[in-house]
Amino acid sequence: MSRRFALKTFFYILLIALAIVYLLPVYLMVITGFKPFDQVDLKTMWALPTTGLHIDNFIAGYKQLAPNLNNSLMMVIPEAILSALLGSFNGYLLAKWKFRGSNLIFSLILFGMFIPYQSILIPLVKFMQFIKLYGDLPGLVLVHIIYGIPITTLIFRNYYAGIGTEILEAARIDGASLMGIYRYIMFPLSAPSFAVVIIWQFTQAWNEFLFAVILTNQAHWPVTVALNNLAGSQLVQWNVLMAATLLAALPTLLVYIFLGRYFLRGLMAGALKG
Amino acid sequence: MYHRFELRIPQFILALVLMLVGAASLFILSNTQLIISGRNLTSIGLLIGGLVLYSGVLVIVAMFNNETILSIAMLLPSIVAVAIFVYGFIGWSLRVSLSKWKGLNPDYTWVGLQQYYNLFNNDPRFIIDIRNTAMFTVGFIFGCLIIGLGLAILLDQRLKGEALFRGIFLFPMSISFIASGVVWGWLMNPATGNRITGINLIFQKLGLTSLISLWHSTPQPWGMAFTVIPAVWQLSGFTMALYLGGIRSISEDLREAARVDGASEIQIYRYVILPMLQPVTLSAVIILGHMSLKIFDLIVALGNKAISLDVPGIYMWVTTFDGTNYAQGAAIGILMLISVAILVVPYLIQNMRTETEL
Repeated sequence: MSRRFALKTFFYILLIALAIVYLLPVYLMVITGFKPFDQVDLKTMWALPTTGLHIDNFIAGYKQLAPNLNNSLMMVIPEAILSALLGSFNGYLLAKWKFRGSNLIFSLILFGMFIPYQSILIPLVKFMQFIKLYGDLPGLVLVHIIYGIPITTLIFRNYYAGIGTEILEAARIDGASLMGIYRYIMFPLSAPSFAVVIIWQFTQAWNEFLFAVILTNQAHWPVTVALNNLAGSQLVQWNVLMAATLLAALPTLLVYIFLGRYFLRGLMAGALKG
Repeated sequence: MYHRFELRIPQFILALVLMLVGAASLFILSNTQLIISGRNLTSIGLLIGGLVLYSGVLVIVAMFNNETILSIAMLLPSIVAVAIFVYGFIGWSLRVSLSKWKGLNPDYTWVGLQQYYNLFNNDPRFIIDIRNTAMFTVGFIFGCLIIGLGLAILLDQRLKGEALFRGIFLFPMSISFIASGVVWGWLMNPATGNRITGINLIFQKLGLTSLISLWHSTPQPWGMAFTVIPAVWQLSGFTMALYLGGIRSISEDLREAARVDGASEIQIYRYVILPMLQPVTLSAVIILGHMSLKIFDLIVALGNKAISLDVPGIYMWVTTFDGTNYAQGAAIGILMLISVAILVVPYLIQNMRTETEL
């Protein structure tokens, strides 16, 4: 029994040590953010703030990133909602109305999820310039929706595939049509899936960098591009940078903390279990 | 099942209205521009007009009572979008990579595989990229698998606070590679002497001076190995979740049976659980592998486009959009695609086959 106890203690010590390591970057961002300007020194980087909590760094960081946080928000909200609706249609049709070749079509769509976007970047830029959506947020929203089709379709398809066909057969006998079944049976059942997909697309688009940096001009930069730019400039103090980074990461962190269950389901769907 | 056309008057009127509105908006927008608060949204307007017109067509198609055709027709917009934006654009990129397009004006003069030949034979930077990607991929996959499996086994011990620990190991996944790169850039600060800071400062305070490191500023090829640290920080929790899911899906009866047969806990993991986790490992390798072959933003934020930490994703960006060498950029993009396809396509085909059997 005591051997088991010793083992358990060892496990706890190991887990706690690992947890501290994993939390180190966040600890640094938080304590640096709350220090007053005169206490910021690379030598005392790890020390807690000694003269109370100050939010000057966060204010300075917010001033740097405010327009970009707004850009990201304006881009991500329509993107996540429209993506989810589209994915829900596709997933429903591919799960419940299979036709010859529908599995092949699904696999071909799915491949779009894995491609390195560098391999389509030149045509994409030329095309966006041609349709005059280059440089601004609506174009970025469109691009995120289109390249989001594979993952959103996958998540919804797996979800709908898990709903029994009996309910569908019964509805068909009662004369419900393809759209009727979606509207009155499938859609009302899809709330959990919508949560998963909206959260997933929100996080993805918020964190995305390549499309954002290539397809938008400076006035419309989302927060990832602005943050990278801020980090590369010599004009910004590192303490302000830490606070700004925390602000840029905060929306997805909060989503994770409060809606982590759904976030995890999105992750697992991304692991291709279907 | 019967297929016959059934004219339903209300739906028919709806279809006519949709088609009329769609066609009218297409007609108007092709002659004028749609400007909303200073933004030229003509193309978005055309897209919506087209979709409205198409939805009218769908209402008519629905009257034929043939669900297969309706299903295909409803999928068509997404299929077309993917066909153009994924496959069409890949084809277009491929064509650019076989040209000598350099400079802002497109030049599609055919040069065959010249761009690819140059990358492999006359381009030291691309060779560095390959070496760096290989280093990163190996370190990243092994790091995530070993730490992920270790964490999963630790959390499988039914300790108190399991959910909390799981959350702590998983949260870095929700942060962008850019934010992660910025913070880790400061943690892995290579400054020494009296400017020592970051993790090196902790090592110094703890007396572990032998661990003080130049991190990703270490001379190549080993500097690249340190860029794996933030990546593993972000995705080992994900790997842990995959493994933990796998372990928990193994029935307790099986473990109990092994215990009755006299197997120790370690033997149970070694001979019962690990072999059963092979499919999880395969999925994890494919997901992590395709991420690392594409790695881009993390290295941008960490290395600030330093050549020593260059990867194909960054080289493609720089050579195309800073150097306007479109043909070379396209060739790098296509090579990245091929490397990912080699990893992913067999898996997708396998996945499709098992589904068809079901």
